[in-house]
Parts: sequence; structure tokens; C-alpha cells
Amino acid sequence: MTFLPYLVVVWLVVVSLYGMVTSRNLIHLIMCLAVMQSSTYVLLLALGFRTGGTAPIFQDIDVGTRAVDPVVQALMLTDVVVEATVMALLLAMTVQVHKHTGTLDPDQLRALKG
Amino acid sequence: MNLPPLIVAMPLLAAILLAVFTKVLRPRVADVVAIAAALGVSVMCGFLYRQSLSSPLVHWFGGWRPRGGVAVGISFVVDPAGAGLAVLVSVLMLAALVYSARYFEKVGTLYHTLMLVFLGAMCGFCLTGDLFNLFVFFELMGAAAYALCGYKTEEPGPLQGALNFAVVNTVGAFLVLDGLALLYARTGALNLAQIAQAVGDQRPDGLLITAFVLLAAGFLVKAAAVPFHFWLADAHAVAPTPVCILFSGVMVELGLYAVVRLYWVIFSAPFAGHGEALRALLITAGLLTALLGAVMCFLQRHIKRLLAFSTVSHVGIMLIGFGLLDREALAGLIVYVAGHALVKSSLFLGAGLLLHRFGSVDELKLHGRARRVPLLAGVFVLGAFGLAGLPTFGTFLGEALMSEAAEHHDYAWLSWCSMLAAALTGAAVLRMTARVFFGWGAAPDEAARPPTTEDEQRETRNDHTRLPLVMVVPTVLLAVTGLFSGLTPGAAGAAHLAAERLHDRPAYIARVLDDQPVPPPAPATTPALTTPLLHGLASAAAALILACLALFRPRLRLPGTVRGVAELRQVHSGHIGDYVAWLTLGVAVFGVSCAVLLR
Repeated sequence: MTFLPYLVVVWLVVVSLYGMVTSRNLIHLIMCLAVMQSSTYVLLLALGFRTGGTAPIFQDIDVGTRAVDPVVQALMLTDVVVEATVMALLLAMTVQVHKHTGTLDPDQLRALKG
Repeated sequence: MNLPPLIVAMPLLAAILLAVFTKVLRPRVADVVAIAAALGVSVMCGFLYRQSLSSPLVHWFGGWRPRGGVAVGISFVVDPAGAGLAVLVSVLMLAALVYSARYFEKVGTLYHTLMLVFLGAMCGFCLTGDLFNLFVFFELMGAAAYALCGYKTEEPGPLQGALNFAVVNTVGAFLVLDGLALLYARTGALNLAQIAQAVGDQRPDGLLITAFVLLAAGFLVKAAAVPFHFWLADAHAVAPTPVCILFSGVMVELGLYAVVRLYWVIFSAPFAGHGEALRALLITAGLLTALLGAVMCFLQRHIKRLLAFSTVSHVGIMLIGFGLLDREALAGLIVYVAGHALVKSSLFLGAGLLLHRFGSVDELKLHGRARRVPLLAGVFVLGAFGLAGLPTFGTFLGEALMSEAAEHHDYAWLSWCSMLAAALTGAAVLRMTARVFFGWGAAPDEAARPPTTEDEQRETRNDHTRLPLVMVVPTVLLAVTGLFSGLTPGAAGAAHLAAERLHDRPAYIARVLDDQPVPPPAPATTPALTTPLLHGLASAAAALILACLALFRPRLRLPGTVRGVAELRQVHSGHIGDYVAWLTLGVAVFGVSCAVLLR
């Protein structure tokens, strides 16, 4: 058991939140969101890791062999798929925002207020 | 019995069909297919609800039933609360699709595809009994909702609203994912019942509290609790009106549903010793949400934004209902959700009709222009009293049940606060109705001032002379159903049963893991309605008085409010960075309070 991956998770969450709060560019902001998403990958994989474990494919190894947890890997893959959709959607919207307003700076986008 | 998966599969299949054949289909065919799918889902949900009354149904996908109390497969657990919510979702979707058949000038099949995906995801979210499944449906629902919100990509307003909505909610989804990962790490399970069994009822430790904070905060972002609520007004103000009724009527409430479900199934036993502390915390959050939403609602002139903030306020009242952590209050909450959904969706559809007929939803620009549509005025007046909680409305019955529970827990003053919030939102709608439909109040010189929120874009061509029947019928039907929803015989009894099934943790675990029958429900007590009746009438009267004050005494200001109000508006800046900062602060405060209170 090592704490390093969990420290990385916390670090990624904190820097990505900081990035989003201070961002001056929508694409940068969405990339920060992607960094936050990476923190969930690290967390999931760290939780399933077993020291000395092999890949969880029980085709030609004994059933009792120590293996890493396959469930979290499946969760992570699903997460990748779902979030890829959301990121693509966000970036497509950003392209449209730029087309209409000519800016990507959240400070300049003031259609909604109060 | 394969109904539960069909409820999710059918709209998704219809969506795929529409997406594949989008090039060859005539526009009307898409309407018909989508409406037929929504109708089919409503009927199936109704049927499932009837079946779930005697005992919750458990469906294991692929026949992966639990062996010896260990669940590996993925399950749908259909209990009256979940199935009832699914009924609400599908009926509102049906109304929205019928309405949008005439609403848009031009809309591609993509719109119907997205709506059907949205429907499937929301129904799945209501029915699932698996934590990761819950997350997947949450994200699917989110993705469809972001796309629907920014549907009119040619306008900057909807795009910004959708971006704010998407970014804030995605951060919320990551919190949920982190929370569920921690729970999985502790229990090695993803099935809700299995997690609950593994967690047991030992005292909560750091990991369990962190998991609770992350899950609850993530879902409360969707439920728009203060300070996670900023995205809601932006998204609801710019989304196409038929979509708004789903956003306000059910999507926001689904976030709260997830918190309620997770709390009662998993966390209620470990946190049992800290009931008082958690109650105080949740009620504080609910109170803040209810009052802030009501004040912001009263300040708006953009009608859709006004309705959006009233949703924030009503979600606050619902959060109080959950926060009482009591079976009676839960029953009240269930009635309230249904009553609120009917009222709010009829109001949004009414706003859409205004936009269709007059090309604007700005209260001041429309001053006195809608004198010749008394039917629509009736819808708005009904809606206003529905929001204020006049007796006969479902919102009143729900509030009555919740305030009775509040008295048991020595929070009798709470119902006065909810009443004030509800009256403020009702007053805002009444004021707007009087201005727009009757031309009351001085013709405001403020109309010259540019609106704070960009005026509604052309979803429909301007100045139609008549209102199409397919748009009027759902609006009026929803308003009238809302009016009588509190009088439905057996409404309170059905809500009691749903609340009983929702909060009975041991029965849920035994039902899912060991296929045990559930015990018969405890007899429901009928609340004494005299005091609440007075409250409801007082609230409606207060709404009227406040509306008149706003109309005829616009100069009347309480000392000190002007600066406070200006600052409050300033906070709702429309800036994504600010919203994320508030979200971070909210999670931090919630986390620290839980860490201190629940140890």
C-alpha cells in the first residue's frame, strides 16, 4: 500500500479546479476538465492495483493467481467512453462560441447575468 | 417479466432508428415515432408502477442472480418511488414532444433523437439498483441534456448556458465517480444492496464520510442546491422551452432522488447516531436554497429565468423535506415533487406560448400586450397559486406532510420559511401575469434599460395570430391536473407506501439479495389538515399582497436591501470560473461540516 497514487489524485483535482477557476480561454478550461477526469482514472486504477498481481485473464493461469482487480478497469473504460462524448460536445460548442462571438475568454462572454 | 429493461431499451432503439434514417425521413415521421415511443414508455412505466405496489420488482440482467447473498450482476430494482418518478418523466416527455410538434419553425430529427436518449437515461436512472449504473445513466442524461440545452447553436446565449451547465455538471459527475470508487474500495461491491450489507451499521469512519460527501455533493450539483445552483438559471433560461419542462420538472429532482436513495439504502444505518447533526446540516442547505432562489426569482424580468430561479427555490423546499430524515417528510417530498412538476411544466409551456405568440419573454417588454389571451392568463394565475401552495394543489399536500414531520422534530418554524419562499415565487409569477396580461402597474420606463439577460431568441417565428391546439392542450391539461393533484384520492396513501419502501433499508437488502418478500407497510396516518390549510391560504394571500406591492409600490424598498440585492445579482455572473469556484467552496464547506458533525 502506497499513498503516492492518492496524492497524485488529490494534486490533479486541485490543479484542475484552480485551472478552471482562473482560466481565460475555454479550450484551456475544457482541458482542465480533462485533467480532472484523469484524476478519476488514477484513483480507479490505484484502487484495483495489487502488488505482484498479473493481468486478470484466467485463460492459462491458475484461478488462485494474484491478479489486479478487473472491475475498476472496466469502470475506467466506461468512464473514458462517456467522458470522450462530453469532451467532444464541449469542444464543438466552444467552436460555435468562437464562431459567433469571436472570443474564447469567459470574461468576455456576458450573455447571461443576474 | 422483461418490462424494466425494455423501458430503457425502447427509447434508445427508437433514437437509433431516427438517427440512422434521418436523411430519408419526412419531418412529421420523426414526431410520430418519438411520440409513439414516449407513449409506449409511459404505459409501460404505469404498468410497472402498479406491479411494484405489492412488492418491489428485481430484474437481474442476463440472469446473473445473486448466489448465497453475493451479487455480481447488474440489477434494476423497481419500487413505487422509482417507478412513480419514471411515470412522471415519461408523461412530461410525452407532453414536451406533443408540444414541440408545432413549437419549432424548423427542427431536425437530431432533436427527437436527443429527447429519446434523454428519456431512456432518465428512466434508467430511476429504476437502477446499481451504483455504477446510476453514474452511467447520470452521465448519459447529462450529455443528452447539454446537447439539448445548446440546441440552437446559432445563438451565443444558448451556447454559453449549455457550456456553464455542462462544465459544472461534469465536475459534479467526477465527484460522484470518486465517491463510488471509494465505496467500491471499501466494500468490493457496486450493487446498492450489497454495498449496504457490506457497510453494515458500524460507526462511520473517514472513508465512508468522504464517500458520502463526494456522492451527495456530486448529485446535489444536479439538484442545484446552493451554492451549486448557478448553472440552473443559465441553462433553463436558454434551453428550448419544451426541454425546460423536463429540466425543471424532473431532471433537477432526479439529482435529489439519487441522494435520497443512497442515503436511505447505504448511509442511514452508519449515520444513525448522528441524525440530529445531519438533519441540521441538510436543513440549513435547503433553507438557504429555498430563500435565495425565491429572492432571485422575484428580481427577474426574463420569464424563463424567473421560473428557473423558482425551481431553485422549490428544490430547496424539497431538500428540507429530505433533510428532515423522516418517513412522513419523505412521503410529503414525493407528493411535492409530483405537484411541483405539473405546475412548473405548465408554467414553462405557457412561457413558450407567449414566446410563440409575441416573440418575447421579457416581462417589461410584454407589458399589457397579451390582453387578448385570457386562457393563457388563467394558466399563469393557476401556476402562480400552485407555486405558492394553495390548497388543492399537490404542492400544498406535500408541504402539509413535510411541515407535520417538521413539527415532530422541533422544526415547526421551518414551515413558515418554506411558506415565505413559496409565496415569493408565486408573487413573482402573479406580478408578471398582471403586467403582461392585464397591463397593471405603471408602464415601466425600465423597459428602455437593456435587459440583464439577453432576450429570448427566435425559437419560433414572431407574432403568430393564433395559438396552435397541440401546444395549448398539454399546457392546459398540465395546469388543470396540477390544480387537482392535491385532491387525488389516495395520493397521500400512495406516497406513504413509496416512502416506506424507499426508507426501509433491511427490507430493501433482503428483497434484492435474498429474494425475500417485503413486510406489509405500516398503516399511514392521515395528517390533520387544519393548520396547513391556514398556511396554504396565508401563503396564497401573501403572494397576492407581495405581487400588488411590487406592481403599485415599486419605490417601496426595505432599508439596506438595495445594496444586498445588487450584490446578490453580481454573484450570478454567468462566468464559468466563478461557478467552479463556488462549487469548490461548497464541497469544501459541506465536507468539513460532515467531517466535524459525523465523527
